[in-house]
This record gives sequence, C-alpha cells and structure tokens, in this order.
Amino acid sequence: TQHTLIRQSSRSNVRLRPIPNHQLTHYVRSSTLYINPHSHSLQCPNRPHSERDSRKEISDSIYISVEFSSNPVREKQRKMVANQPEKEHPVPAFGLAARDPSGVLSPFNFSRRATGEKDVKFKVMYCGICHSDLHMVKNEWGTSTYPLVPGHEIVGEVTEVGSQVEKFKVGDRVGVGCMVGSCRSCDNCSNGVENYCPKMILTYAGTYHDGTITYGGYSNVMVCDEHFVVRVPDALPLDAAAPLLCAGITLYSPLRYYGLDKPGIHVGVVGLGGLGHVGVKFAKAMGAKVTVISTSPAKKQEAIERHGADSFLVSRDQEQMQAAMGTLDGIIDTVSAVHPIMPLIGLLKTHGKLVLVGAPEKPLELPVFPLLMGRKIVGGSCIGGMKETQEMLDFAAKHNITADIEVISADYVNTAMERLEKGDVKYRFVIDVAKTLQQG
Amino acid sequence: MAKSPETEHPQKAFGWAARDSSGVLSPFNFSRRENGDEDVTIKIHFCGICHSDLHAIKNEWGFAHYPMVPGHEIVGIVMKSGKNVEKFREGDRVGVGVMVGSCMSCDYCNQDLENYCPKMIFTYNSVYHDGTANYGGYSDMIVVDQHFVVRIPDAMPFDAGAPLLCAGVTVYSPMKYYGMTEPGKHLGIVGLGGLGHVAVKIAKAFGLKVTVISHSPGKETEAVDRLGADGFLVSSDPLKIKAAFGSMDYIIDTVSSVHALTPLLALLKPNGKLITLGLPDKPLELPIFPLVLGRKLVGGSDIGGMKETQEMLDFCAKHNITADVEVIPMDQVNVAMARLAKSDVRYRFVIDVANSLSK
Repeated sequence: TQHTLIRQSSRSNVRLRPIPNHQLTHYVRSSTLYINPHSHSLQCPNRPHSERDSRKEISDSIYISVEFSSNPVREKQRKMVANQPEKEHPVPAFGLAARDPSGVLSPFNFSRRATGEKDVKFKVMYCGICHSDLHMVKNEWGTSTYPLVPGHEIVGEVTEVGSQVEKFKVGDRVGVGCMVGSCRSCDNCSNGVENYCPKMILTYAGTYHDGTITYGGYSNVMVCDEHFVVRVPDALPLDAAAPLLCAGITLYSPLRYYGLDKPGIHVGVVGLGGLGHVGVKFAKAMGAKVTVISTSPAKKQEAIERHGADSFLVSRDQEQMQAAMGTLDGIIDTVSAVHPIMPLIGLLKTHGKLVLVGAPEKPLELPVFPLLMGRKIVGGSCIGGMKETQEMLDFAAKHNITADIEVISADYVNTAMERLEKGDVKYRFVIDVAKTLQQG
Repeated sequence: MAKSPETEHPQKAFGWAARDSSGVLSPFNFSRRENGDEDVTIKIHFCGICHSDLHAIKNEWGFAHYPMVPGHEIVGIVMKSGKNVEKFREGDRVGVGVMVGSCMSCDYCNQDLENYCPKMIFTYNSVYHDGTANYGGYSDMIVVDQHFVVRIPDAMPFDAGAPLLCAGVTVYSPMKYYGMTEPGKHLGIVGLGGLGHVAVKIAKAFGLKVTVISHSPGKETEAVDRLGADGFLVSSDPLKIKAAFGSMDYIIDTVSSVHALTPLLALLKPNGKLITLGLPDKPLELPIFPLVLGRKLVGGSDIGGMKETQEMLDFCAKHNITADVEVIPMDQVNVAMARLAKSDVRYRFVIDVANSLSK
C-alpha cells in the first residue's frame, strides 16, 4: 500500500511523491484525518452528514494522510477473516449490519470473542440509534468497512465475567458507549481521557487489539473489556438511559470541562435534536439558565415546556439575535451542518466560550476581532472518558435525566434511519434488541 | 464652531500625523488638554512603532480618523502631575500603552480588566471623555489620566522598554490567562516579529520549552542562538511540521495577515490551546473537526489591564527582558513604515522622539 502526504497551501498546490512504507513515521491520530477506507483509525462519533464530495473539500483544506496498517500481516488476516465473520471467534452472535454504502441494514450472523480475563459479556437489551450510525452505514466519512454493525449506545445485563473482573458480576445492568479500547498507557489514558488517546478503539468499525473488526450494539451480545463498561444506575430505566452513553456524555463533558456547570451561568444550546435535548436537561440540572437556539420556531414550545429551557432564540431572526448579544456565558453547539458562528460569538459575553460538539466538514469562518476584543474562545469536545461517563450516568440518575425516546423493533430500523435523516424523531430511536432482534 | 487641532486645547503640541489612507506621516501642529487633577503631563522620550500603527494609518481596519498621530508604546519623563496624583512626581520615568481611558465603574474596570471595558478609550484614533480626538505618541508630549500611566522600572532602559507597553503586555496577558506558565510545557510561537520575539523571551523566563514557527528560514539562527528558542519550524516545510504534530501544549499566534490555522491546530496536543493575537482584516478559516477530535480551542486576547501591564514591566525588569530595537529619528518614520510592511526590522523600530522631533 502506498502512503501519500498531500498538502495544499494558499500559495501553491503541492503534491508530494508517494512515500515508501519503510520511511513512514507514526501519525498522531488526533490531528490527522484518515480517509483510507481500509484504515482503522480515529473517528469522531459526532461528525455530521456530508456529501461524498466533502472528502475532496477536506483534502483541500487540511493536511491529510492516507494510512496503511502498521502490520501488513494483520491487514491480510483481516481481509481473509472478514469473509467469514461467523468463524472469527468462538461465540456465535447475530445482529443487523449494513453490507454496503446504501446503508440498508439486514440480519447478520457473526461471532464474539471468548470472555477474556478482563472481559465482561452481556446480553444486549437496548441500543440507541445515534446520528453517527447513519453517517457510518452510508460511509459518509469514508472510514467505514463492511459488513458494518453500528450501535454505540448499548445497555444490557451481564451474563459472564472474566476471572480478573472486579467491578461487575452476573446480573448487573451495564452499558457501553463509543469506545471499547485504548492504549491504557499514554498521558490521556492515565488522566481518564481515553477518548483523546491516539489509539482509541471505536465500538464499531474499529480494529481491536487482536486485529479483528469491532461490531457494535445492534446485536444480541457484547463482549467488552471491563474498563470500557459502565454501570447503569438502578434509578435509570435501561431504554431511556441508552442514549446517554453517547449523546449524554457528549454534552456533559464540555459543560464540565469548559466551566459551564456553575449555578446561575447562562448557557445556550444550539440545535434541539438527540444531543441538544439532553444538553438542555444537563445544563438545567447543573443550575444554569438555558437558552435554546434553533432554526425551527416550531420547537419553541417543546424546548420550554418539555425540556425546561428558559428561553428560545430563532437563529434566523436578526432582531432576536441582536437583542440577545452579549448575554451568554457559554454555548454548546450541536449542529453539524455548516453554519455561521459569528452570530453565536456575538451572543457571548466577554470571556464567553463557544463549544462545538458537532463537526461540520468544511471550515467555518472565524471572525478574529470579536474573539480578541472580548477574549472569547471557540473550542471543541468529543464524547468523554470512562470515569466521566460513569459520573455522568450517576448524575443523570440523581437528577432524573433520561433521553426522550421512541422505542422501535429491530425490523423497523431502516425506516427509523430514513426518519432520522429527516430529523423526524423526538428525540432518539432506541432499538428493543432483547425482544425483537432475531437471528438471520 | 469647530476648533482646529491647534486651538482645541491650551497646551501646544507637535508631532507627526497621517493625513489620509496613504499612511504617509508628516509634521503636524496640534494641542493637548490642560493637566487636570488626575492627569500627568509627560515629555515623550521614545515611542515604539507597533504594526498596528501601520494598519491604522492606512485605514486597513476601516475606522480611521484623520489626521491621525499614531503611537502607543510611549515612554517619557513626568513634567507635571495633577493635585490628586500621588503615584507619580516630576522627573519619574513613566510609560503609556494602548489605552488612555475607560468607564472606571463597570465590572471589568473593577477587576483590573480595563482593556475589556466596553467604553475603553484607545491612545490614538479615538475620542476622549471630553469629545476631542486622541493623538498618540509620535509627538513631543502627552497628557494622560494617572490610572493609565505605568512606571518604567529603574533597571529598564527607556528605548528598549518602550515596545513592552504594547508588544510585551499583549503576549504576557494571554500567557497568564490561558495558563501557559507551567515550567517544562511546550509553547509554539508563530511569527518572529515585534510580538513574537518578546514572547520568546518572556516564555523562556517562565521556564517553558519554546519552538518558533516562521515562514522565514533565515530567522532560525536568531531564534535559537540569540533569543533562546529551543526549536524552530519553517511553516512551509511539511515534513518537519508533520513530525511536530501533537507536540505543543499551547501556541501563540502573532501573525496579522490571513493564514491557515489547520497546521497550527495539528501541532497542538489534545486539550491544546491556540491563542491568536494578530488582527487580520478578514475572517480566518477554522476547521472544526481538529477542535472536536482533540478538545482543542482557539482563543483571543487583547493587550492587558493596567495592573497587569505594571506587573509585566516589573517581571521583565527582574528577568532583564527588553525588546530588540532599532532606534530611528522621527524624520525616518516613513522609511521605517515601508520596511515594517516588509517585516524588515529586528524587531521593533523605536522613534527617538526627544532627540529628533523638531518643529
């Protein structure tokens, strides 16, 4: 395989020669975008809908590297066994997989590894449908491998634990989110932010330590290292807790990290979808005054009456936006389509923070004067570490926070995906796996 | 009845002003207000030429008022102090930076953040509380409210200390605010000009590891051998830049032209901070996924408050930090501006006002 570094600057288009494999150095995953469909690399779970052409947009604007497997033998092995997913591992499993970028899901038989010393095996009860699942089944980010079993908002009951497992026992109610592995030794891993580890392994369409592809929660059983399993508190219903494993932590983490969790603070949430509605609930529970910012005036009533937001701004209404300038301490922006951030920066008070958790693929325009004159910041955030995910669930249990869900049967999943694409869901679909997922 | 600049105020003053957006500076007679109870009248000895002066005289930001006397890196000697002034006496060595006024009553002013006061008044190209135009430091004297005057430490030379009043505080303030003062951490500094070279010195004094990122390979020896930077990256060398991906805890970006942020974000470790100080005349393009994937942030900063400016000067005096300057006579100022436009200066021009300003 070839490795090509492509750089494009404003001064010249430079395409360097392909670099021979032996001369390549390790790439820091968090700073490069891999677009090789064979690469097993960092993907942000919250990246947005995009056109196929956006790959070219991406390569036009950033340093990209096309990765090759650091272990050629593994690559070959993977290709071989990928044709025999049922035989890869000793434990039979079944689920729903997309076979190609049409994204249509169909019954799929495969296998899970035997429960290792540190592993937890659990029967999947429910799995939330995250918008990222939709992007991935359609290979919209160019990183998907097929067959692809999505699902990273997984909850269930423990059926077996490895001999060295200390935190869980059979019968426990547990969950798994967006990650199932990391290097466990770098600074990020040591500081409880495994989500920023360069070798973080995604719950699905990733490559596990043993070289095999990871399959997600649209399946009957999961086997996961105990470090990446969280306990679902008894006070939380399993089905409505599932979406917290991605949507919940994606909002909880930046509210804490960027200091937007102090009582009395005024926080804006942009976008009232799967992420946004959970964000409003967390922010309110942390004592904030919350303003929802949305393009749809129709969402106002729900935002205020159902989710508890204090006010609502229609972002296309110039007058409303003008009147609200300089009123927000922070904004969490869940919108992943390209949109202007200048009006959002204008809504911030001096020292205000705009935090993006949805990532548009095209760069956005950053007006520098307002940033400097008000010492404001624009930052990002991507899910959260394992310790924080558990903390988030405990916080949700204490404050009675769950997602607003529509529970569906497994055979409805393709229709659900179509409705999700149109934003037609209040506010997360959750698949009733245990009762409706059947073997292929 | 509109008063002319010469008759507006009782004290005669003389300086050099730009008359239009060509930016050409020429001798200009005007006047300064009477020294009020809170004021200090300063005979100006030196004034640094900040790149902002160049942007301002050419109206590159679109809010210029002419005639414009630039200059906000002013040092001089107190000639007169008002009856309520206790901090300064005749003969004191003082400085004036980018601000000469603010509301003095809002939350920001009360927290020593006058620079973020919505009614903050710039030293030049602005309007004072009395409605008259402010003229800056390319002139023989200035009258300033004592709150906006700082003491130049005895140990600090006048000429080389002048640029600290803008360049110094502009890099010192974000280093403190964004937590870039932990010894051993790795700071990248983009641009080795007036701001950049002072940033290298202050960062080294904080015990940071410093890498300079510049588009001029010729600046490497200076950066490393003379200024003490630990490393140097040429921004147009993709392999070296790539090798440094994910290595920096923070980056201070001093570049004021439009430039790419993507490689800079890639240089940061996860949780890294990119602080931008330059003021380009157009928005920059900000790629979002590096921010999200690595929890990185881009922040701004704008000079510093008065308390912080004094703190910075005292810090620099203690660590023997001054700017590297090229002292010029006033009548060479247009030549200096032309050279500055080409970044041909190591690293700040300072006008020797007292010795060269003649009517």
